[in-house]
Amino acid sequence: MNANNAEPKIVAFCCHYCAYAAADLAGSGRLQYPPNIRIIRSPCTGRLEINFFMKAFEAGADGVLVAGCEEGSCHFKEGNYLAKGRVNATKQLLQEAGLEPERLRMVNVSAASSQKFAEYVREMVETVTKLGPASNKKTNTKEQTGAIQ
Amino acid sequence: MIVAERKTIPELVEILKPHKKILALGCGTCVTVCLSGGEREVSIISSALRIASRVQDLSFEIDELTIERQCDNIFIEQAAEAIQKADAVLSTACGAGVQAIAERFPQKPVYAGLNTTFLGILEERGIWTEKCAACGACVLHKYGGICPVTRCAKRMLNGPCGGSREDRCEVRQDRPCAWQLIYKRLKDINQLERLKEMEPAKNWNPSLSGGPRTLIRDDHRV
Repeated sequence: MNANNAEPKIVAFCCHYCAYAAADLAGSGRLQYPPNIRIIRSPCTGRLEINFFMKAFEAGADGVLVAGCEEGSCHFKEGNYLAKGRVNATKQLLQEAGLEPERLRMVNVSAASSQKFAEYVREMVETVTKLGPASNKKTNTKEQTGAIQ
Repeated sequence: MIVAERKTIPELVEILKPHKKILALGCGTCVTVCLSGGEREVSIISSALRIASRVQDLSFEIDELTIERQCDNIFIEQAAEAIQKADAVLSTACGAGVQAIAERFPQKPVYAGLNTTFLGILEERGIWTEKCAACGACVLHKYGGICPVTRCAKRMLNGPCGGSREDRCEVRQDRPCAWQLIYKRLKDINQLERLKEMEPAKNWNPSLSGGPRTLIRDDHRV
């Protein structure tokens, strides 16, 4: 997203067992949600590391949504709890680096919650649109590697 | 292991401001194990610095490299080329590693990315605790393997102090009283008799009070 183009780019890391299935169900059910997200399927949100989120922002994402299983129902027992801690640590880092921590959010959705998933995407797009483009994209864009298209 | 924690990004930005080409140099030993300065943490800190650089219109160009050990010349050599190319080095090793790099490259500014905190162990996932003060004259054999110099807030060699509540330390109630632990441990190994011996005041000469310590092993020298 830049000043001329107000469409935010959001990377969504979705857990294979819940959130990704919910996104799939949303598609099958023809539910509408903003097309601003680029979904990356992860075997579990516990696989996601702090540097995955940081790299997404570094590469030009305006927001990052982490979607895992409902608390207590992780396929790998505690992956979503691990992700929760890492998301919170990343928020702290983003704030220290000068980006708004609200650009990163973790949500919990079950495989059946397609409505909820679509709603979370809408909320995320709304939040990031209000915040505007991530200010780390103002300069040095050439330096960014693997910029998000 | 040596336990350390990262400095904040604003602190690092302030330290690195005068430089452009920066090498973030990680260490693959203690600080990797305590999750503060290994390859992954170098990547995280570098990303945060790149973002901060763009937000604040600075012009950091950050390269990343992690070597096995920064306190060892053999491994430092592997970083020599990358260090020569950089204007400055941000080392995420312990204080010993940072100084080893600085000594090897006298013309290169080398900065510490971490605060080296203590010698300790991983107590449980995500929690490290201090166990050794490296005082230079170990007394663990007298106290059932529990160090009063490190783990008693008052460093008492003839404890307890009388201020502990139940099994909690008077100074820090989130920590156990070391002397309670010592008593229990000595009881378990049938060595309570040891507590009847009066321990004289500790000789701090082998500690830092005489300046930086050197260990010379003639059997390993030629």
